[in-house]
This record gives sequence, structure tokens and C-alpha cells, in this order.
Amino acid sequence: MPENRVESKGIVKEDIAYEPYTIAMGPQHPATHGVLKLNLELDGETVLKCTPHVGFLHRGVEKLAENLSYAQTLPLSDRLDYIASMANNVAYSIAVERLLGIEVPVRAKYIRTIVMEMARLTGHLLWLATHALDIGAMTVFLYCFRERENLLDMFEEIIGARLTTSYTCIGGVRQDITGHFLESLYAFTEDFPSKIAEYETLIDKNRIWLKRTQGVGIVTAEEAVSLGLTGPTLRGSGVDYDVRKHMPYDAYPYVDFEVPIGSKGDVYDRYRCRMEEMHQSNSIIRQCIEAMPPGPIRAEDAPDLVMPYGVQKEVAADATFSSGVIKLVKDRHRYMDGDVYVAAEVPKGELGFYFVSDGRGVPYRMHIRAPSFIHIAALSFLCKGQMVADVIAVIGSVDVVLGECDR
Amino acid sequence: MEPLEIAKKVRDRYPSEFIEAYEHRSQVGIVVKKDRIVEILRWLHDDPALQMNHLADLCGVDYLNKKKVRFEVVYNLYSIPQRHRLRVRAQVPENDCQINSVTEIWMGANWHERECFDLFGITFNNHPDLRRVLLPDEWEGHPLRKDYPLDGGGKRWSGYEEVVEKSKKLREYDFYGLYQDPTKKAGQKDARE
Repeated sequence: MPENRVESKGIVKEDIAYEPYTIAMGPQHPATHGVLKLNLELDGETVLKCTPHVGFLHRGVEKLAENLSYAQTLPLSDRLDYIASMANNVAYSIAVERLLGIEVPVRAKYIRTIVMEMARLTGHLLWLATHALDIGAMTVFLYCFRERENLLDMFEEIIGARLTTSYTCIGGVRQDITGHFLESLYAFTEDFPSKIAEYETLIDKNRIWLKRTQGVGIVTAEEAVSLGLTGPTLRGSGVDYDVRKHMPYDAYPYVDFEVPIGSKGDVYDRYRCRMEEMHQSNSIIRQCIEAMPPGPIRAEDAPDLVMPYGVQKEVAADATFSSGVIKLVKDRHRYMDGDVYVAAEVPKGELGFYFVSDGRGVPYRMHIRAPSFIHIAALSFLCKGQMVADVIAVIGSVDVVLGECDR
Repeated sequence: MEPLEIAKKVRDRYPSEFIEAYEHRSQVGIVVKKDRIVEILRWLHDDPALQMNHLADLCGVDYLNKKKVRFEVVYNLYSIPQRHRLRVRAQVPENDCQINSVTEIWMGANWHERECFDLFGITFNNHPDLRRVLLPDEWEGHPLRKDYPLDGGGKRWSGYEEVVEKSKKLREYDFYGLYQDPTKKAGQKDARE
């Protein structure tokens, strides 16, 4: 019986037959960035097979959204990628606006672009901090959290929340930004490139860092596209695909920026892409502040979505209960049937929302195309043939968040 | 290429499979039958003028009591070199709830299809590893179907009792059993007890 088992799944090396060794990495493992479980089948220290298990954080956001109005679902989008929730808010809002045909004022577009790029900086800073910590560079962690703290303080200034912001609303943003916020943000952007240089002095030419990242977790351009990778993970392989350029939304058509791409597709190239992206985000924020136009911050044709409870009260005050209800129901029947797929470039990659509307005030079906879900699916491909220690580097380099993956 | 032209090309090439094309908010979609879906998608992927190489999204939709055919599997395709987009919706009837897998064309379709199987119960033929992905393996029912109640219908997950029992056992674990106090004399009772 044991001999049969060896024949069926064993390896024969130098005439010695032995079984692969299986270990479970996670779900309580600090380097898996959440509750990700990997079942690793090992030959010595080489990974033969890597099977990811997800779903520990499944909350059924898609099912909940089918029972909530469009405005009520927006706070749930914070809980997807909870380290850059502003970006999710914007992605959700542009998708609903496209579905309902709402045009956003120009000022709101610029504000959203600013907060989206700030979210990208917070996301990338946390990525760099934890990625470097996983590989063994402790100092970078402290440096990155110093700047991330400044950005979170600015989020607090404009909306009062630091992580789960819910800043945008359907048809604009919830609150206007102040001159003080713009001044402090501008001062931050003047300072920030020197901070990026600080991080780079620590690890960019560090021999240990290079040995741990160069030539590890290689994925070619064709494979990356076939796997469905997006964002810096795809661009590290040399594919020029950025949703901000391919399907521009908000104020991205008005600003000038470059999309950094890598060549080899290893962990180091993905790291370089994200570092360059931070420079580009910094430049986009500066351009937006300089070109910030005055004007309204909310579209006028989305009243029910902006303040659902306020509208309800108004209707109920001048009418009997039953007629008020009828009026509201009629109000909610004005949307068109149809479906849209709208994507936005969040720090992790392409976050897409697929909506099916049947005309009511709640979506008939909402599907979230979460980049982390696809990236974790690609882990079994990326980790094959790597060492166990490199699995950590690969997980860090594809940049996953489990709240978004499990939804 | 304009998306409506691509829809026309699909209609000319596969007239028996094609059902309709539509445009909504300047996004074009086509509705097709499910039998030759792999052939159609492979052609869209391989044709040099189309090159739909990026499978942006794959999901299921349940049209219970809304349409004649209950389920649809939706493929959102995008061409990175050509920069055009097309949505392909394949109709899957309830009595024949299966469709061929497209993992041969896009490796990334693997988990999308697992998710669709998990939450809608649509079976994907020729899939390399068709298991539940987000829910536990023992879960009953498919939550995103429209006839699945929001609160789960009062039913519990079958593994729930096991988890509760396990946590009770862990709570009763004697942490001091293995520890022997060197200062304590034999026969003396512990202050904790």
C-alpha cells in the first residue's frame, strides 16, 4: 500500500522515491496579508503545487446590494479594499453614474481624481511597508507609515473618517474641500518625492533586496494577460494596460501622466512599477490642485440618490402616507433597463462593477470584478517551482487584500 | 473596431447561435446560445482584427420569472492592443444548467467559473478544478439565486455545530494541567482552585 502511494504522487530522484511534504500556510500567517490560506506541496524547499483557499471573509456584498438602494450600497464598497477605500468609492460611483446616465460637475471630477490618487498613495505605501517587512527590511515599514499617516490625516480633514471614508456619492462628492486642505496637500506633494528617494536609498540597490526579488515569480506578458492580471502586477510584465488611459474617467483625460511599465515580469519589476506610479500619482495630484475649477460638487439630477431620507421626508410632509409612498415608488421607476460594466484603476488593479438594472431603485444584479480575487487565483501559477521563502515575496508583489477578494 | 461591427461579424459567422445585439450607455452586448460558446469566444480571442485577449469579467445572472431562459453567463471582453470592448451573454436554461468552460482560452477564467458555480450552481464542463471557492464545501444551495432568501432561510451551515463543539472543548482546556509549580509542596492545594 505505501509503495502504491509513492508511485501515484511521489517524485523519483537518484533512485530514491519519497512523498511530497504538505504544509498549510495561513490563514493566521502575518505574511499572507489577511486570511489567505495556501496549501503548499513541497519537495524539500521547492513548491510543487500551491493551492490557495479563500472565503474566510465572505460577507455576501453582492447579495446585500440586491436588497439595498444604490446610495446604500456605497458604504459597502469601503469594505472591499479597506486600505484604499476612497478608490473603491470612486469606482462604485462612476459605475452607477454610467448606469443611470448622470453627468458629474467638473469640480467633483477633479476632487475625485485627487482623492483617488491619494488612495493610490496610501495603498502603495502600505504595500511597500508590508512587502519590505515580509522580506526583512523593517525600517521601510516605519518610514512608509510616517507618510501614510499624513495622508490619512488629510482624509480625516475632508470627511471625518480615516479608513472607511464613503466620501463620494452618486453624482459627485459628499462635501466640498477647503483651501486649507489643498494647501496642506500641495505642501505634502512638494515634499513627497524626496521621501520616495528615502525609501529607495534603503532598498533599491540593496544587495539582499535584489537577491530576494530579481528573477523571482516571473510571469511573461502573454501569461499575465491570460491569467487576467491587472494593475502594476500586469504592467511589471511589460503590458501597457491602464484603465486610466484606456477608458478614462473623471479628470484623467485632462491631466498629463505616464504609465510606467516593466520588462521582465519578476518581483523587482513590479516593485519598480509601483514606485514609479507613486511619482506619477504625486504629479497628478499637483496638476489637479493647480487646475481646480470652482463650481458645484453634485449633479442636480440625482437628488434621490444623494439624500434618500431627506427626499422621503419632504414627500411625506405635504401628502398623506399612502400618496407619499406612491410618489416615491413612482420616482424610483424612472431608471432605464440595461446593464453596464465599468472599471476603474484602483491601487490593486482593475476594479470593475457589472450592473444589471431592471428599472427599480435597487440593482437587479451587481457583480464586483475584484483584482485581488484574480491575483490570488494566479498565485498557484506564480508560486510553482519557487522556494518557500519566495512565496512570501510573490504574495507581496501581487498585492492582495482579502476583503476585496472574498467580498 | 466599432463594437457594433464586431456584433455584426459574429452574427454573420454564427447565424444559428446569434440571438440579439443591443447597445446601452454606448456599451454593446450580444446574446448567444450556449452550445458553441467556446468556439465563438476562441474566435474572438484569436482573430487578428479582434484580439479580445483580456477577459475582464465573467459572472452569472439569474433572471427568475423575468425571462424565458433563467440563467445567463456574462463574459466582458476587452482587447488590450485594439482597445475595443464587447459583452457576450450566453443563455443557460434551468433544466440544462451547464456550459462549457473557457479555461483553455483564458487561464484566469478558472476562479471566475468556480465562483459562478459556487453562487449560482451553473456547472462548467471540462473545468480542471470545479469546487466551491467562497463558501465551504458542505454548503447547501446557491446564495445568489433569486429564490435563495437573504437570511439563508433559517438553515444553518452543517459545519456550524462542529465549530461550536470545538470552541467549547477549547474553553474547557486545562492550561494548568501541564504546569507544575516548583514552589508548591506535595499535597498542597493550589490557590487558584
